[in-house]
Amino acid sequence: MNARFTGPARLFHWLMAVLILAMLFIGVGMVSTVSTRYQLLVGIHRPLGIAILVLALVRLGWRLGHPPPPLPADLPAVQQALAKLSHYLLYFLMFALPLVGWGMLSAQDYPVQLWPGLHLPPILPASPMLYAALRSAHGMLAYLFFATILAHLAAALMHGLVRRDRVFSSMAP
Amino acid sequence: MSHHLPHEAQDGPGPVRGPAAIVRLAAIGAVVLTAAAGFAYTGGWLTPARLSPERVVDALEANNGQHPGFRRNHAKGICIAGTFTGNGTGPALSRASVFTGAEVPVVGRLALAAGRPDVPDETSPVWSMALRFLPADGDEWRTGMNNIPVFPVRNVEEFAGFLAATRPDPATGKPDPAALQAFLGAHPATAAALQAIKAAPAAAGFATATYNGLNTFRFVNADGEVAAVRWSMVPEQAAPSGPAPSGPNYLFDELIEAVRQGPLHWRLVVTVAGPDDVTADPTVAWPADRQQVEVGTLTIASVEGEDTGSCRDVTFDPLVLPAGIEPADDPIPAARSAAYAEGLRRRDGEAKRPSAVQVSAVRVGEGG
Repeated sequence: MNARFTGPARLFHWLMAVLILAMLFIGVGMVSTVSTRYQLLVGIHRPLGIAILVLALVRLGWRLGHPPPPLPADLPAVQQALAKLSHYLLYFLMFALPLVGWGMLSAQDYPVQLWPGLHLPPILPASPMLYAALRSAHGMLAYLFFATILAHLAAALMHGLVRRDRVFSSMAP
Repeated sequence: MSHHLPHEAQDGPGPVRGPAAIVRLAAIGAVVLTAAAGFAYTGGWLTPARLSPERVVDALEANNGQHPGFRRNHAKGICIAGTFTGNGTGPALSRASVFTGAEVPVVGRLALAAGRPDVPDETSPVWSMALRFLPADGDEWRTGMNNIPVFPVRNVEEFAGFLAATRPDPATGKPDPAALQAFLGAHPATAAALQAIKAAPAAAGFATATYNGLNTFRFVNADGEVAAVRWSMVPEQAAPSGPAPSGPNYLFDELIEAVRQGPLHWRLVVTVAGPDDVTADPTVAWPADRQQVEVGTLTIASVEGEDTGSCRDVTFDPLVLPAGIEPADDPIPAARSAAYAEGLRRRDGEAKRPSAVQVSAVRVGEGG
């Protein structure tokens, strides 16, 4: 039986792990600084967010055609449910954060610039109240994303170091 | 899966139990905590003394009071609209599409630099012109300029210090002069800049003021040649003769009347730095003999109050730059951009109150 994720699934996982963690640190760093690093961080944040959105789309397509290996049957039902829920949440956030970011720039009537000279079209009408709501949502979802990743990391290490079942090795590079 | 056997469930050596499991759990906890601490440090939560956009906007609110729905600085303003037309000389300096010579729509804002939205015009000698250039290709340019020759501080830390030194004492409602003197003593660049600002000739009104970009940017032309520049909007109209206007909104009233009479024009003048000119310090003016290039004309053909106009919900973020204009080593634009984003986040979530300047759209030639 398929004991491991497919090669492309593992590539998506580890590539996006690096990109998403970088993105979360860049995001939390950029909104807390008034130094000249701000412009560099914002300049990375926008194109990287769109890159993650595109990768998430391709990855979801691959995932739908290639089911993951089953969790160990002796894993308690609660943990099975938590594992399933957390993976739905991770996929949701991979799409929600870039889309909310794109939407909030649109609502702010701000150019969605990926790099000098390359702009994406707005996806929402300009609206101050909508901007305020999306800006708050963007931050909250980012904290939720980081917390979910920490839980995911802890659970993966539990499987690899304590339970020592095949879950960790199924996604190990 | 219904027929699973124990050996299928564990490809590995099997669970760790007892004290060894405790050690491993502790190690996992340490990994997670380290990651969380790194995130918290990056977000500034472990270094509360570090200046953040929130703290800069908090400082503005501390000095100006709470005025929900309004800009945290330059709070009293009016929307303006018109066009910019390049004269053909700009592309030698910058490949930005705004300079190609096509008529570019412009929307913007003229404002008092004061942080309270209800101040009488006569109390605010510093005014700003903020503009959005909206070329057809979407490569937008935003800039804010002021009618002073230099900026009073070199960086955002000094800006926060200057705000603290000029904060009104809750007991007297006035800043403590000793605090300002102490700040100026410790910051001679600010003392010199304030002297230069005081010595500059005062304009009669919004229409006849020169607005200076103050900060240094880099212009890059189609050949990739880079020049450090600052820019100014220089008025073509002269001060009106006639009785001096009065009233709490006299600057705005005079502007509205001027636009009714005819379009207002400013020439966009780009000053190119000499090889040794400081680009990282906006308190220092460049020598007067530096090359100045007039790159086009701004025409303002309508004004409208902020309640209905198109400028209230816009940040004139100096990092909204087209290809061909880049940030330089001047630290102020990045700080402005970060703080404007925080100010916008706050005011966009607040209920709007009427602007002190009430005027529906007025276009050139329309009667009053």
